[in-house]
Amino acid sequence: MGIKTWIESWPVYRQLTDDDPLGRGSAAKSRTSSTLRPRITDADHVTKSICPFCAVGCGQNVYVKEGKVVQIEGDPDSPVSRGRLCPRGSSSLQLTTGDAREYTVRYRRPGGTDWEDLDLDTAMDMIADRVIASRAEGWQWEHEGKRVRRTMGFASLGGATLDNEENYLIKKLFTALGAIQIENQARI
Amino acid sequence: MAECHPVGFQWVMEAKARGATVIHVDPRFTRTSALADLHVPLRAGTDIAFLGGIINHVLQNEKYFHDYVVAYTNAATIVGEDFRDTEDLAGVFSGLDREDKSYDFETWHYEGGMVQAASGERDQVGSERVKESDGAGSDGARSDQARSDQARSDGDGSGGRKSRASGVKRAARGEAHGSGGAGISGEFETDETLQHPRTVFQILKRHFARYTPELVAETCGVPEETFLRVCELLEENSTPERTSAFVYSVGWTHHTVGVQYIRTASILQALLGNIGRPGGGILALRGHASIQGSTDIPTLFNILPGYIPMPHAESSPDLTTFVSAEKAEKGYWAELGSYLVSLLKSYWGPAATPDNDFCFDYLPRLTGSHSSFETVMAQLEGECTGFFVLGENPAVGSANAKMQRLAMASLDWLVVRDFSLIESATWWKDGPEIETGELRTEDIGTEVFFLPAAAHTEKDGSFTNTQRLLQWHHQAVEPAGDVRSDLWFLFHLGRRIREKLAGSTDERDRPVLDLTWDYPTKGSTDEPEAEAVLAEINGWDGHGTPLSSYQQLRDDGSTACGCWIYCGTYADGVNQAARRKPGTEQDWVAHEWGWAWPANRRILYNRASAAPDGAPWSERKAYVWWDPDEKKWVGHDVPDFSPTKAPDHVPPKDATGVAALSGTDAFIMQADGKAWLYVPAGLTDGPLPAHYEPQESPVANPVYPEQRNPARQIDSVVHPENRFQPSGDEPGAQVYPYALTTYRIAEHHTAGGMSRWSPYLSELAPAMFCEVSPELARERGLTHGGWAHVVTARNVIEARVMVTDRIPDLRVRGEVLHQVGLPYHWGANGLVTGDAANELTSLVMDPNVHIMETKALACDIRPGRRPRGPDRPALVESYRRRAGITERTGVDDTGATRTGGTA
Ligand code: SF4
Repeated sequence: MGIKTWIESWPVYRQLTDDDPLGRGSAAKSRTSSTLRPRITDADHVTKSICPFCAVGCGQNVYVKEGKVVQIEGDPDSPVSRGRLCPRGSSSLQLTTGDAREYTVRYRRPGGTDWEDLDLDTAMDMIADRVIASRAEGWQWEHEGKRVRRTMGFASLGGATLDNEENYLIKKLFTALGAIQIENQARI
Repeated sequence: MAECHPVGFQWVMEAKARGATVIHVDPRFTRTSALADLHVPLRAGTDIAFLGGIINHVLQNEKYFHDYVVAYTNAATIVGEDFRDTEDLAGVFSGLDREDKSYDFETWHYEGGMVQAASGERDQVGSERVKESDGAGSDGARSDQARSDQARSDGDGSGGRKSRASGVKRAARGEAHGSGGAGISGEFETDETLQHPRTVFQILKRHFARYTPELVAETCGVPEETFLRVCELLEENSTPERTSAFVYSVGWTHHTVGVQYIRTASILQALLGNIGRPGGGILALRGHASIQGSTDIPTLFNILPGYIPMPHAESSPDLTTFVSAEKAEKGYWAELGSYLVSLLKSYWGPAATPDNDFCFDYLPRLTGSHSSFETVMAQLEGECTGFFVLGENPAVGSANAKMQRLAMASLDWLVVRDFSLIESATWWKDGPEIETGELRTEDIGTEVFFLPAAAHTEKDGSFTNTQRLLQWHHQAVEPAGDVRSDLWFLFHLGRRIREKLAGSTDERDRPVLDLTWDYPTKGSTDEPEAEAVLAEINGWDGHGTPLSSYQQLRDDGSTACGCWIYCGTYADGVNQAARRKPGTEQDWVAHEWGWAWPANRRILYNRASAAPDGAPWSERKAYVWWDPDEKKWVGHDVPDFSPTKAPDHVPPKDATGVAALSGTDAFIMQADGKAWLYVPAGLTDGPLPAHYEPQESPVANPVYPEQRNPARQIDSVVHPENRFQPSGDEPGAQVYPYALTTYRIAEHHTAGGMSRWSPYLSELAPAMFCEVSPELARERGLTHGGWAHVVTARNVIEARVMVTDRIPDLRVRGEVLHQVGLPYHWGANGLVTGDAANELTSLVMDPNVHIMETKALACDIRPGRRPRGPDRPALVESYRRRAGITERTGVDDTGATRTGGTA
């Protein structure tokens, strides 16, 4: 480091010579922080998204690097939110990439005292069998002498956190199977 | 709003910066109150009295928007002679069947009008007719329509099991009016001078005359001068030049009179001329990213996409009968047949033909309420053995959390899809009942599948926000491990079931085998293309060309559309929900960001933003107006009106449907084109709002001798784990002396599944707490930062004490009333844990939409932690004994036998 650089690196020098007489801005910046770069600068691409928490529907920019989400920020383009996110929306990075996420199927057998492993394909097959069985068990062609063509054997709860397309498939599939006890948080 | 919808609140602050006055009415002081011009704390559960008081003030002082009221509301319509108001019948309306807790609403209709029974309870109408003809006989005042109901009904519709019998008659059509009012028909008489004693206007005046500032003070605990200040501020700001908006959330809906809360606000806003105008309206702030979407494209038992009612066993034998019974004669609901047939074509494609009623018979039939709460009962009784829980946490987030867990413990199988191991996935291992010994893990037969769910960054799809705006989120990354979207889960589950049933000749399997279920997939996981599903929701014509408007839908099978109100969201084959023209490059309405249903219209009923002659009410509030040169409606938004129908248009006498609307029928989804100040059909608990106390309240109703909503839904959920407390001056009520309310805070999200596992949010709000006033803390010996336990007839929970002025004491009926405030975000799992507030709440519902009452109840609070093990249920039981609680406490209504109220 040359003597000039060395002197210029003094905050007090910068405070006197730069545009920061109170020493609360650029003059106080350490070398480390001056080399810091935002996580988003070297992201490979930005995906446009929407906050998954409440129904304000704030716009989000999702920054992706090497196939991983590295940052989620408010989208300044959104006329709804103008770039802002609240504490919940700002926690979206933790929500989506935090270590609380589960990545494998967990299975508890009847009477079991702990979780067991189960591969996804087997789980899907078992669930399909359970649906068919409960549906048959709870099947009603008639109720009090009236045609009802339905099953009371299984129910579904959830949808308010899901996409419209997902809700559409829930209602379509379960209705075609004859289920009527299809509900979500909108009631609750 | 600043707590629960913080970024939405920036617009309130923007308005304030431009001179708007912000009033916050809420039992607790929050970040919203801190920024409001006026905070009005009131007793939880008394908003109808508060709003009713303002209505009375507006009427008495002639502060209503006269020209708007005469032209656009039903104020001038004359109501039939048989109607009796709460003023005549000691706090109830005509038609009450006490035993059944239901109303026969026939006496409520307009003079000359008929209850076209689309209104929610047509099956009840039918069954009532039969009961009467079998038994005591009819009163001879039946309309033709009622007689035809009788002809169609040959059973009394009562349930198999006594416990749910009354639920069976509650035909559960509340949400069917999510897009317009009930069907009515006939020629109505009107008096535009508003003087006829049976005009809606005069009835309204008499009904609300009781709601004086003194009564408001006595009921709500709001001092008269504060109340009058609110009236004046609101009235001054509701003129041709100015508009006022109401914003509400579940603090208004989670009540046994929840729908009537919203009705009261509707009456007030219609009287003030604040509907359909910019800066006006009643804005529901909804709590989840797509809770609006999941109502529009419902995962709800009683409706099909676009608020089409689910068919009912008694009244829906075939398509024609169903459509003629449910459609309106006038307005856009007259086209119900087109909407429904197009939906059936989306579901069943080529299998749906005119010869087979477009597979209408494939739809399962309702026989009453099958809401989430009846489902809990059905699970406890062993009728419902399988359960999908998809991104929801009933073990924490649903009323009476213990009953939710006990119901899950009665299942054969349970599938939970979520990000983390939430309480609804692990209750069998570490739930509160394991700790108390009420359940033993080894004895629980429920098979549990936990499937990790994809986040919004890992899938494509649309959310519908609180202002009906569809916004697309794009997939950013591939999900890892076993993580999959719910779209994937549903699609592949359906695919497997169809494979397993393939070749079946069982008639039962036809609907699922005939289902159109061939969505294109992509990537290594075979993820279905969400945009293909959106295209089906939008609909197409016979050539597969995307439709652009629901007006193109037909009832002959030539169009398919998965949700008629969303028709246009994929117009021209373009994903309109994914449009993202920056807000700064558009005008203030921002039509090119996302897509709002219906027809990308941002303010509903915006015809009312212009005067009857089509000119704006004022330059300042001009929004949509008639251009006499171009002979069409123009303005800042998509007009919510036939584009070229002139303001002076008078429809021919025999016109039906949309053609029957006049040039001033601004409320185009209503069967008479008017905003309803009085509801002649469609509500189960009265044509007008009336203040009833919550199911459980420390206060005897100051307004009427009737304590509780006499039509609340309660008999279907009577259960040993769902006991109710005595109220008001009933013996034993003093055992639970404090009002209790529940709420959210900014740092957490609903039942915690998306926030209690987040280190940031957990650090911001690390523990379950209760808010109490300094006076209550003194009275009960509670110390700030210490522990307290809160008891109701259902359960006891513990929480850290926050002694604060944020929950002020109020003077109610001359006495000090203490309130206890509880956030409901916590449960046993996650980074920050605590007891769930919903352990304390009960299942008791609004009869229109079957929503539970969790915003106002009564409790006791004591210092120290709650008991552990078997002592926990023992403490709850000892309270119940002291209060003398039986199976029927709070369930049976005796009517006006006591001398409460002022009737
Ligand atoms: S950022 Fe906050 S206000 Fe915006 S949608 Fe998300 S949770 Fe709601």
